[in-house]
Amino acid sequence: MADVSLRKVVKKYDDVEAVRGIDLEIPDKEFVVLVGPSGCGKSTTLRMIAGLEEISGGEIAIGGHIVNDVPPKDRDIAMVFQNYALYPHMTVFENMSFGLRLRRMPKAEIKERVEQAAKILGITELLERRPKQLSGGQRQRVAMGRSIVRNPKVFLFDEPLSNLDAKLRVQMRTEIKRVHQHVKTTTVYVTHDQVEAMTLADRVVVMNEGRIEQIGAPNELYHSPKTQFVAGFIGSPAMNIMPCRLEQNGVGLTVRLTDALTFRVPESRSARYRSHVGKQLLFGLRPEHITDAREYGSAGERQNFPATLDVVEPMGMETMVYFAINGKEVCGRVDPARSGGPGEKVQLQADLAHMQLIDPQSGAVL
Amino acid sequence: MTSIAASGTASFHARAYGSLKRNRRWALILSYVFLIMFAIFFLTPPYYMIVTALKSNEEVAHMAHNPWFIYDGVTFEHFVNLMTKSDFPIYFRNTVIVTVCTVAITMVVSVLAAFSLSRMKFWGSGMLATGIFLTYLIPESLLFIPLFQIVRGLGLLNSYWGMVLVYPTLTVPFCTWIMIGYFGSIPKELDEAAVIDGASHMQMLLRIFIPVALPGIIAATIFAFTVSWADFVYPMAFLYSSDQQVLTVGTVTSLIRADVYQWGLLMAGALIAAAPPLLIYAFLMDYYIAGLTAGATKG
Repeated sequence: MADVSLRKVVKKYDDVEAVRGIDLEIPDKEFVVLVGPSGCGKSTTLRMIAGLEEISGGEIAIGGHIVNDVPPKDRDIAMVFQNYALYPHMTVFENMSFGLRLRRMPKAEIKERVEQAAKILGITELLERRPKQLSGGQRQRVAMGRSIVRNPKVFLFDEPLSNLDAKLRVQMRTEIKRVHQHVKTTTVYVTHDQVEAMTLADRVVVMNEGRIEQIGAPNELYHSPKTQFVAGFIGSPAMNIMPCRLEQNGVGLTVRLTDALTFRVPESRSARYRSHVGKQLLFGLRPEHITDAREYGSAGERQNFPATLDVVEPMGMETMVYFAINGKEVCGRVDPARSGGPGEKVQLQADLAHMQLIDPQSGAVL
Repeated sequence: MTSIAASGTASFHARAYGSLKRNRRWALILSYVFLIMFAIFFLTPPYYMIVTALKSNEEVAHMAHNPWFIYDGVTFEHFVNLMTKSDFPIYFRNTVIVTVCTVAITMVVSVLAAFSLSRMKFWGSGMLATGIFLTYLIPESLLFIPLFQIVRGLGLLNSYWGMVLVYPTLTVPFCTWIMIGYFGSIPKELDEAAVIDGASHMQMLLRIFIPVALPGIIAATIFAFTVSWADFVYPMAFLYSSDQQVLTVGTVTSLIRADVYQWGLLMAGALIAAAPPLLIYAFLMDYYIAGLTAGATKG
């Protein structure tokens, strides 16, 4: 097991910069998830850690040793691929033991390691089968088993659950977390699914256009995003972000969304926002902070406002309601018992204790 | 009103379904007609060969008999004479040596070339791959004159070892091309997984690529075998003594003397010469088809 350091790492493909000088310190035993939209450079970063892509600039160190020019096999890492990359002509046992056999490990030890890994993953009865005789979930377990038996310093996962159906994905997510809790190997996991990132990670690294937007614990990213991109990317449905104007209102501040709709800024935030009075900003509020007015009363920083529902999506334990503010679609999350129907005028409530104000020029959350 | 509409829809579906069924029937009938015509066209020469090889010389020369049938009983005299009283066994041995060596050289060269061209990306690899294929397009009737100079220069004129040198110029480009396609269809993640597992390029080739690409390798092997077994132009140009001759040219030159055709021996010789490719195709047909159609569909 080892820590992983990325210092000013750059990857260029001809003139295109896929990764633009990122810095990342991953301590030993940590589970870090790189998340971001397609083309943000997360897979390239992972492949550079693996040694499958050359580094155009900067340094990568594993366990304190700089590995820029070290071939993948000498980095002591294991990787799980999106399409499993199992050797089709080998049995599960042969697949899992391939790396060990290449290292000329004694047969008895290979057998012991494979059986132990198979037991952890619940695939003992599959050891004599070939990959084509396995389901997607089983194949993914074998791919993980192939990594575990090597007992590497670092696990690398490249979107390992993307090929599975929704139900299996949730199951395998739990499985990966359970395996990490068991083997405690430093893990770097790449996904574009922010739910996967939030549920698995000790820390999430949000990437965009080859740069790291923010690094933090899942809850920290969710509740205290530092940029508009992170605010919009983390959370499903995404945070509602709409244009507003910050105005002075006596001693307090208000956020004006339309001529008729203004929200009081909580007193605790006034000092932080005061220097931005008079500016055009972006107002952000997550769907769960827009509820039915009857759910919580008007305690704290809650403020009622009228809305005409456009779309109502019952989800069982909650109902998503969509309405427009100044032509922009806004989503709220209400109690199913209290949700109205499409076209209905309702009183909703915004919990302004969780509001965010974003500078549209820099994209920074204020 | 609703019931009328419903029944109308039902009859439309019935018509559409009936029409599909009728189309399928016609397609099947036409398929069978053409398949039977195709089979007759291609099976007639082998049938004629078998019938002639099993007739006595007298019956072959008998003008009154229908040549498509055997009237005077089956005889194996041509096969016996061929194996005991002619140089046919020498031709057969030479052909086997030439073919085995050619196939071995071809497969070693083209598998290594295809692996490096398809997987070890280097400057000019794409152009080189196309170039290799283009050499295959040059007909042997143009190549045999310059090759004659080379073979003579190497002192291999009138030696079947010259054929071992010359045939790969026909087989290596095509086999490399087939293998490039086949290796190219193997997911990139498989070699990346092997690299991370600690495999060298040679281990990756031997332990991952060759087993996975076996259908393609077999297809290429069959091609190399067929070319070196059946080629006529090069042995005709480069070999002239009987002890160095191969089956294709040897059978024809020794069994046709001026305008005297020994039809029985010729047909028996052709049958024996055709047997090895036939057996190989019969046993490896599935691999051959899988190899040639690799990458045609997403699998």
